[in-house]
Amino acid sequence: MSVEIQFNEVAARIEPLLTNYEGQQGILISLLQDAQTEFGYLPEDVVGIIADRLDLSPVQIYGVASFYSQFYFEPRGRNVIKVCIGTACHIRGSSAILERLEKELDVKDGETTPDMEFTLETVNCVGCCGLAPVIVANERVVRKKEHQKVVARLKSQGGK
Amino acid sequence: MERLKTEEGLLALRERLCLEQREEEKPEIRVCCGTGCSAAGGPEVLEAFSEEAEKQDLTVKLVATGCQGWCEKGPLVAIEPQDLFYQRVDPFDVPQILDLTVSRGRPIERFLYTGPTGEVTPRRDDVPFYKKQMRIILRNCGRIDAGSIYDAIRVGGYEALAKVLSNMTPEEVVDTIKRSGLRGRGGAGFPSGVKWEFCRAEKGKVKYLICNGDEGDPGAFMDRSVLEGDPHSIIEGMAIAAYAIGNIAMGFIYVRAEYPLAVTSLRRAIHQAEQLGLLGEDILGSGFSLKIEIKKGAGAFVCGEETGLMASIEGKRGMPRSRPPFPAQSGLWGKPSNINNVKTFASVPVIINRGAEWYNSIGTERSKGTQVFALTGKVKNTGLIELPMGTTIREIVYDIGDGILDNKKCKAIQIGGPSGGCIPEELFDTPIDFDSLTSAGAMMGSGGLVVMDESDCMVDIARFFLTFTQAESCGKCPPCRIGTYQMLKTLERIVKGEGQPGDIEYLETLGKEIKATSLCGLGQTAPNPVLTTIRYFREEYEAHIHDKYCPAHVCTALGRYRIIDEECLLCGLCKDVCEVQAVTVGRKRFFIDTDKCDGCGSCLAVCPSEAIVVERPEKKKVVA
Repeated sequence: MSVEIQFNEVAARIEPLLTNYEGQQGILISLLQDAQTEFGYLPEDVVGIIADRLDLSPVQIYGVASFYSQFYFEPRGRNVIKVCIGTACHIRGSSAILERLEKELDVKDGETTPDMEFTLETVNCVGCCGLAPVIVANERVVRKKEHQKVVARLKSQGGK
Repeated sequence: MERLKTEEGLLALRERLCLEQREEEKPEIRVCCGTGCSAAGGPEVLEAFSEEAEKQDLTVKLVATGCQGWCEKGPLVAIEPQDLFYQRVDPFDVPQILDLTVSRGRPIERFLYTGPTGEVTPRRDDVPFYKKQMRIILRNCGRIDAGSIYDAIRVGGYEALAKVLSNMTPEEVVDTIKRSGLRGRGGAGFPSGVKWEFCRAEKGKVKYLICNGDEGDPGAFMDRSVLEGDPHSIIEGMAIAAYAIGNIAMGFIYVRAEYPLAVTSLRRAIHQAEQLGLLGEDILGSGFSLKIEIKKGAGAFVCGEETGLMASIEGKRGMPRSRPPFPAQSGLWGKPSNINNVKTFASVPVIINRGAEWYNSIGTERSKGTQVFALTGKVKNTGLIELPMGTTIREIVYDIGDGILDNKKCKAIQIGGPSGGCIPEELFDTPIDFDSLTSAGAMMGSGGLVVMDESDCMVDIARFFLTFTQAESCGKCPPCRIGTYQMLKTLERIVKGEGQPGDIEYLETLGKEIKATSLCGLGQTAPNPVLTTIRYFREEYEAHIHDKYCPAHVCTALGRYRIIDEECLLCGLCKDVCEVQAVTVGRKRFFIDTDKCDGCGSCLAVCPSEAIVVERPEKKKVVA
């Protein structure tokens, strides 16, 4: 019963997203982006409902979504820390930063801590090469002198 | 906002805006809020200025600009009318700046650029980092408030569009761009005017125009700066292109997912332009219409390739397809489409305003105009620079970049991102243009320019780029999918010390075959970093394979570890950290047992006195 309620709730949240695109071509990626903003990731139900509404099979949607690195099929942590591994960051030592964060959070690149607080990821370039090496915590670029403190600071903020 | 209906209306508006600014006579404070300076605290500085100005009861015009270029020294602040250029400003410094500089007109020396001999340079254009630059594409970046269309119009925005709509035929526009010699700024350097002409010549009532803002090269951020700092130039360039090509049903700007600020900035700019009648239906009363929509990428490097990008706009997997048919014949949804890079569109209005001959006079014989480079890596001044084509690499690294960090020795530069190549110091006098770079084995690419010093290992750099291209290969064609995988595996073996004789030749053959047989630009250029490093730094590969030694000491698995007794503090950290118990204690000294050592490099990292060295192992004697 509870599953069904959830499913209906999911469907109700997708409906307004769909109306934005009525009568337009090539909307799948934009729609998936909106759905991900709404749910934080792409749960199976969401993919199913979108497939149903766009008259595609879920496989087709997974085919597109899995091609792009921006879509996630697993829930992510409240805080997302991205380590840039672009060229400029690489030669200024981003691998050491990644290693340190992996140790500090006890997760590997791409994983989420069991308490769902932190997700650690790598990103190819955030376009701040002048400040290399760069890490991005919750969409904010972190200054080099604050690198050591970033996890502690996020923890103390209680995941905001 | 009232819709502008004629060219005269636009010119009158501009005049009024200029006049208003002159009459206001307010000091202007421009704080850089580009991505680099934002991370360094630009927005906080801006806020401090606004609070403090209120406290001190000063009327100032505060402007949050896009990237001013010199990210290394951020947050950057420019102050008018004194024309002062302050670097590394902290919110705590704001009261002093307002009091001394703004109220009393006195420059504060510690924020100004001080040269190596101690002389102070107050004006931005006199600072060596800016002196040699010629800003055409970045002309408005850092000069105007990117969020205000009025600021853009005041400095001449949309004037070229008005001129085109009222005085030029589409053929004349195409001809002007052709004569200017403008070549696509996305990397391949195809003449833009010719591209427009192809698309114009195609039959069809529905055509599409696309702006490629999918800047995926790691180490490049120029498109981002233009998108964020001067969106109106791109919109204007697109409108001019749409007019020249004709029958454009829709314009798309494809922006990379990692650039949220750029999307916001563009969205606002499009809305403002539509309100003023500079975009949308019946632009400036000419009867010409254009609608522009933003498409957000979803994180795939291959979508920077034009056919891949179009598949992505259509909502499919962004896989490239074979050409012909070229996009000009059959592009988006099978319709004739024209696709240009952000910087190409941003160059168009200037060319129209100042004439094809003027643009044609800049640059080298076959590469005209300027190019934007993102100067990063081991160089003192990092940031965004724009230079005429034909500038030498030496000028960029030593004059603008001010040499290498920590005064180390420069080894090479890597230009063009994962599709480009490494150019060694011996070739630094090469003038940079599309053709000279291609003949050196590299590529202009997006213009990312990463400087590397003697402590960087070229084999490791090649491996790094191949890891990237291998992961981003879409998997459609086997040469790229399997070939890059095989190359990567070989390189990984080499950096682990398991290289075999013949590996270099294998990499060369494979690389050439992948280049010749891949479907799209990604595969055709992916071996470049490997091939150029082999071409210019073959001895490094040989050291890795034959001597099991990394001359730059980057590949920790290679080489023989030894503790220098004279330097050793006997702290024992190396012994604690060693996971294979290779460090043994002797009488008042520590040893590394080379038979046990697996070369993880942990001891090297923890040693406080740098007593551990990595040496070239002696060649094992073959016992007959």
